[in-house]
Amino acid sequence: MKKLRLPLSKEEIKDLHAGDAVTLSGVIYTARDCAHKRIFACLDAGMPLPFDLKGATIYYAGPCPAKPGRVSGSCGPTTSARMDSFAPRLFDLGLNCAVGKGEMCEEVRQALMRDTACYFAAVGGAGAIYGNAIKKSECVAFEDLLSEAVYRLEVEDFPAVVAMDCYGESVYKK
Amino acid sequence: MRIVNTKKIENCVYRLARRAGTNLTPACTAALERAAARESAPACRFALGTLLDNARLAAAEELPVCQDTGMACVIIELGQEVALTGELLSDAVNSGVRRAYADGYFRKSICDPLTRANTGDNTPAALHVDVTAGDKIRITYLPKGFGSENMSRLYMLTPAKGREGVIDCIVQTVKEAGSRPCPPVCVGVGLGGNFDGCAFLAKKALTRALGTPNPRADVREIEEEALRRINGLGIGCQGFGGDVTALSVACEIAPTHIAGLPVAVNIQCHCVRCEKEVL
Repeated sequence: MKKLRLPLSKEEIKDLHAGDAVTLSGVIYTARDCAHKRIFACLDAGMPLPFDLKGATIYYAGPCPAKPGRVSGSCGPTTSARMDSFAPRLFDLGLNCAVGKGEMCEEVRQALMRDTACYFAAVGGAGAIYGNAIKKSECVAFEDLLSEAVYRLEVEDFPAVVAMDCYGESVYKK
Repeated sequence: MRIVNTKKIENCVYRLARRAGTNLTPACTAALERAAARESAPACRFALGTLLDNARLAAAEELPVCQDTGMACVIIELGQEVALTGELLSDAVNSGVRRAYADGYFRKSICDPLTRANTGDNTPAALHVDVTAGDKIRITYLPKGFGSENMSRLYMLTPAKGREGVIDCIVQTVKEAGSRPCPPVCVGVGLGGNFDGCAFLAKKALTRALGTPNPRADVREIEEEALRRINGLGIGCQGFGGDVTALSVACEIAPTHIAGLPVAVNIQCHCVRCEKEVL
């Protein structure tokens, strides 16, 4: 089990291979369907993004509201394939890692190789465990989108698997 | 005639929704345990173990098992000797859902299909009412996540396709879904009826306790053969490549038209949350 601290350097990304079990600690930003549309609208309009993409990690997730006394509600990954059309451009702009569940498309595979980036799979359905791994949560953009807003999360020992690495390899059976 | 105020139904929906959000069904937990015991791929065994840990944590601390607390699917079998009073039935059901999602700190996942504006309270529920014999009210609550719902399909086969065509549709749907719906999946199959009725049969099949076969032998054989073939696909838990791609295939059947053979395949992720109560 590799313990990784985010953000990862390009050298660290080159050390990752599809199938490696890892834990992630550090800062990740949630963004799913609607947030991606808004991020693209910002990019197209030349407006600043709610967070710096350079070296960042995006988590395809939309949490439950936090119960009183808790940092976050349950927060497992959502299906990454719905972000297939968005991900390559974001990797090209400096996004380092994405975390979600399930396979992503060929264009994403190409982008990961081109940009030396990595796609991790978290365990879909393990929402309570992931919610507990969140040590700090703050909404940083698109608050009106509720669970679909962008949250800046500080996570500790987030279990994941390297799903697609920077060498074009994938954990998913073809 | 038995008189029932719909407030009683609202409170029942509330109870079922709260319980379902934080608990897997016992049959689902047992199926995941069996899957973990027979799985040979280490990555899948790790994922299955994580899911079982997650289910225990969620139940113990009353946390949503999965953050996708789903679209509220409510099936009410209403005895025709019951006379309802009070608020309109659908309003009562929606009130129960609204309160449960607020009090349970569940995610509100329902929005307008075009504007994507969230309704803010997880209503409306997908409500189906069947009128049955007697004076009881049987309520089934199934919170349905959309990672798996998105992978569901409806096929209007020609009768010539027959039994083999039916099994091919089931297996093909799971194969195309691949890693995306959170395998190991549970597969609900509707066989017969018409376009809309067939889809509802598939949903109803998902409310059967996991592993309960259809009483009709020829239907049970379709369930068994489809499950065997699906588990030969090698998709495995989370799509990591393994032995267990589905936990169950459940099929419901109804008469159809002489010109048709509708097959609906409703995919459910491994997170089966389904609660029932009889009033």
